[in-house]
Amino acid sequence: MSNEVSKFSVQELDLYYSNFQALKKINMEIQEKEITAFIGPSGCGKSTFLKTINRMNDLVEGVKVDGKIYLDGVDIYKDIDVIKLRSRVGMVFQQPNPFPMSIYDNVAYGPRIHGIKKKSVLDEIVEKSLRQAAIWDEVKDKLKKSARAVSGGQQQRICIARTLAVEPEVILMDEPTSALDPISTLKIEDLAVELKEQYTIIIVTHNMQQASRISDKTAFFLTGEVIEYGKTEQIFNTPKNKKTEDYITGRFG
Amino acid sequence: MTNNIKEENNNSSIMMKPNKTRDIIEKIVETIFFLCAMVSVVSVIAIIVFVFYKGVAPFVGNNAYSFFDFISGVKWDPNHNEYGVFYMIVASILATIGAIIIGVPIGLLTAVFIAEIAPKSLVNIVKPGVELLAGIPSVIYGAFGLGVIVPLINKISPEPQGQSLLAVICVLTIMILPTIISLSEATLKAVPNSYREASLGLGASKTQTIFRAVIPAAKSGILSATVLGIGRAIGETMAVMMIAGNPIGGIPMSIWDKVRPLTTNIAMEMSYASGRHQEMLFATGVILFAFIMIVNITLIKITSKAGEK
Repeated sequence: MSNEVSKFSVQELDLYYSNFQALKKINMEIQEKEITAFIGPSGCGKSTFLKTINRMNDLVEGVKVDGKIYLDGVDIYKDIDVIKLRSRVGMVFQQPNPFPMSIYDNVAYGPRIHGIKKKSVLDEIVEKSLRQAAIWDEVKDKLKKSARAVSGGQQQRICIARTLAVEPEVILMDEPTSALDPISTLKIEDLAVELKEQYTIIIVTHNMQQASRISDKTAFFLTGEVIEYGKTEQIFNTPKNKKTEDYITGRFG
Repeated sequence: MTNNIKEENNNSSIMMKPNKTRDIIEKIVETIFFLCAMVSVVSVIAIIVFVFYKGVAPFVGNNAYSFFDFISGVKWDPNHNEYGVFYMIVASILATIGAIIIGVPIGLLTAVFIAEIAPKSLVNIVKPGVELLAGIPSVIYGAFGLGVIVPLINKISPEPQGQSLLAVICVLTIMILPTIISLSEATLKAVPNSYREASLGLGASKTQTIFRAVIPAAKSGILSATVLGIGRAIGETMAVMMIAGNPIGGIPMSIWDKVRPLTTNIAMEMSYASGRHQEMLFATGVILFAFIMIVNITLIKITSKAGEK
């Protein structure tokens, strides 16, 4: 444990939607270049927590956050510009959401936003990102075609490529396969495992098999609290908490 | 159990009996719907036939007026049998282009403000304002133009009068704003939130998100709004008539020049015209009609393309 680097350090995090407390006293260390999975029943706060990590919750009206999240030791709610934060911490959403533009323009969107204009540089980034997202071979002949004209699984990998193009350090995935068929799901899972060589990945999933297949650490959420957090093997084989065991064995949720 | 099934069978056999009165009522109602729908269709056909019949008359038969002279002439002088509408076509097109160039950016940015940026309290002021603007009769716009805009232009214009292309553009710009704003706003609102999230998630600022993700996604709706604005501007008569100056000839060379759009030509003279003069006014209507048709076909093309996506 001692040689692992902590990418995120979460301390005493509370989150309120107006009067409703959605997250309660979350404490968590998230390691670099690992896959951390958040599991738990609907409404347990796992997606909410994910969105506090890149401050997407700022967009929701009436949200109040207490406590601290440190990224490499820097307080993300105080000492870092939110724009900078989001280019370091990318996000892949539940529904594939490519823009209604060409595949090329989708992937080039982030680099362009951040001021890259040169065609040759963009070309390079687009190809590299699509290769990293394991979709280059499938779309290399139709980069100018609409990104919405391909299958859902391909769209999701294009979205991953779009996220990678910004060269983030962390990728947040919010149930990235819940709208996909089993084959596409496996492709995304393989991709996640490959990507952890270079990136820190945090994935929210409803699918417990998915968490056990790909993640190094798992956190089990229930009603806004982290019930148990540890090595995935340990969580699934020898859960310490009764509630974790009940959830994992399918007794509720 | 068996009893239940029997009962159900009985029920359904009652239901199966034809209901004559209901069928007749249905037929009558359908006919009423059909007749209502026909009112518009018959009207548009009647108008087209009538305008074309009257408008084509001066160019056929003996003593026909040269259509080329009509379409390319730059002088309208019924007393001397001179009917040239080219300078009016130019005036209509320039006035419309001017209004679109100024009105679309203002309208689009207003729509963005309402849909994306403004807090609710401000939306509650801006939106009713826009809606009210749409409801003001065009004669009032004309009066406003004559009372306020024309004198202002008069002060800075090198020409002796304030009635000018610029005055027309100013008033048309204001008049097309409600169309542009409300349609653009509706399409911006219809852009899925997931695009905004995706853009912000990539580290884009709010402004970048609006201009690079949201507006491109609403492109076809904004284009439709623009085309409808063109339709409104090119067809506007009353307001324009009061501020255009309406000269009897001459292509406008600057924004300070007087202009005579196609619409005002018809409106000013129709009430007293007769014979060839009247037919020529209908011919002007045919030209106007052609423009409106082009606008409408463009609109249909745009909206059907958007539907394919």
